[in-house]
Amino acid sequence: MLTLTSVDLQAIWLSAKVATTATLVTLPFGFALAWLLAFGRMRGKLLIDGLISLPLVLPPVVIGYLLLLLLGRQGPLGGLLKTLGIQVIFTWKGAVIACAVIGLPLMVRSIRLGMEQIDPYLIHASRTLGAGFFDTLGSLVLPLSIPSLVTGGILCFARSLGEFGATIILAGNIPGVTQTIPLSIYDYTNTPGGEAGALSLCLVSILLSYLVLIINEIIMRRSRRSVRQLS
Amino acid sequence: MKLEVELAKRLGGFDFSAGFSVAGERIGIFGPSGSGKSTFGNLLTGLLRPDMGSIRLNNCCLFDSQAGINLTPDRRRVAVVFQHAHLFPHLNVRRNLLFGLQRTPVDRRKFNLGEVAEALDISPLLERNVAELSGGEKQRVALGRALLTCPDLLILDEPLSALDKRLKEQIIPFLRKTLRRFAIPYLYISHSLSEMRLLTDRVLLFEGGLFHMVTDAETLARQRMSSNRYGYLNHLSLSEPREVGDLLGYRWGENELLLSDHNNPQTGLFELSSKDVLLFKNHPHALSARNLLTGTISDLIPQGGTVGVVLSCQGQKLIAQVIREAALELGLEIGTKVYAAIKASAFRRLA
Repeated sequence: MLTLTSVDLQAIWLSAKVATTATLVTLPFGFALAWLLAFGRMRGKLLIDGLISLPLVLPPVVIGYLLLLLLGRQGPLGGLLKTLGIQVIFTWKGAVIACAVIGLPLMVRSIRLGMEQIDPYLIHASRTLGAGFFDTLGSLVLPLSIPSLVTGGILCFARSLGEFGATIILAGNIPGVTQTIPLSIYDYTNTPGGEAGALSLCLVSILLSYLVLIINEIIMRRSRRSVRQLS
Repeated sequence: MKLEVELAKRLGGFDFSAGFSVAGERIGIFGPSGSGKSTFGNLLTGLLRPDMGSIRLNNCCLFDSQAGINLTPDRRRVAVVFQHAHLFPHLNVRRNLLFGLQRTPVDRRKFNLGEVAEALDISPLLERNVAELSGGEKQRVALGRALLTCPDLLILDEPLSALDKRLKEQIIPFLRKTLRRFAIPYLYISHSLSEMRLLTDRVLLFEGGLFHMVTDAETLARQRMSSNRYGYLNHLSLSEPREVGDLLGYRWGENELLLSDHNNPQTGLFELSSKDVLLFKNHPHALSARNLLTGTISDLIPQGGTVGVVLSCQGQKLIAQVIREAALELGLEIGTKVYAAIKASAFRRLA
């Protein structure tokens, strides 16, 4: 029953590539923003928090459209990228950006929750023992944030696998170029006789998502065990 | 070590201010909780930024609001041991100890891991996960971690408060010995008068967020004689124990004292409450107390309803505490010769 055409395989491969890249690109930003929200003592923290979380509640289509305005040929950033010879819209890079923006709030939330568990006195201790700001970030905050980085990464990856609205607007639905699994399923449902293809990709989608959940659970259990050992 | 401070800091509804200059190697910061002791510690290490003022340590400026100087905590060379050890949970004991050492310039390093671990009796724990340590062990690792950075000043911020009484009594002599051995100037923050007396030479008194005065623990102990449950605690250095029947006889200057405590019979420091010393004008007969000393009154400290009687017993100082009426009845005056009776069980070993 599971029959996959070469276009389907391309969509699966592209989904994996886009989700992985989006997750890896988002991680450093997620870490920095989470640090800012967890430990930063600046004004307008609530504003920044709201701005980062906005993609969580806005329709993805809105995000996609705003990104298109920003990164399109006439857009403020798009023009700059064009002079550098980089095109984002209607390429797989566009899909990555769409997924990254949509996945960022999930990642920031997860890492921030983890960071807020870090005892501020550990950071004080590190500073008074001679470790500078970035030294402390690298040798204390980062290692203690690894479980939450993993969870955040997995959430972002899973969200990216399912991303539809923002991707279709920013990257389009070009088979072999920007057509990820959800877009491909959408195509099948609009084609007479496409039910079998849609169902096959749905199965793949379920399998992939389930795998991600199981991996997440395994990692969470491990980190819980190590936390228990610590306390 | 010389510390010059002129500071003001507002924290919520709490105003902190201090201005003093103090020199010494063993300085105490004493005051009740909420007096600003720990705030002061945090201002010194740079974890809190003063609103205005300046801090100079050994003529090196750590902070000066007018000159716009504010060294970051990692550049102040002021290490801290907090109330809780705050060991890094992702590193084992060895790597916790090395954390500060590795960040100390080679020419500043004075001790190595081995000697510090040995002095603190944590050598067998080096490969352990910090979660497997007991409270006392954790605190010793935290002290070792701070000592290894060879700081210009070590701040001990209520380091024993989280430990239970028995553990505290065990760790104080150890702390005294270790701090003496590594000779790092320190500021000892505590609300415990007995810790102040055992670990500091001079004391900065804080009250309600204000620096009050520079004094010493002995003076504070005498001032608090009437309000303290145990009165004034005499610290006696006793030596050369020998068996006398069921008791142990110790040398105390020219005197011999008999003690019933048989644990760890060796030279040491003992505590004796001023309330456990009975005074007689004439030689008492048939006495149950095993120690009877003769002494001359060298000073009288009237306080509340009681009088602290400072005795000189063959050159050794002993403070007894009597009710004011008793002092009048006995006619206690400076120069009066009295007999002091002390039970053999009244002594408690400190170190």
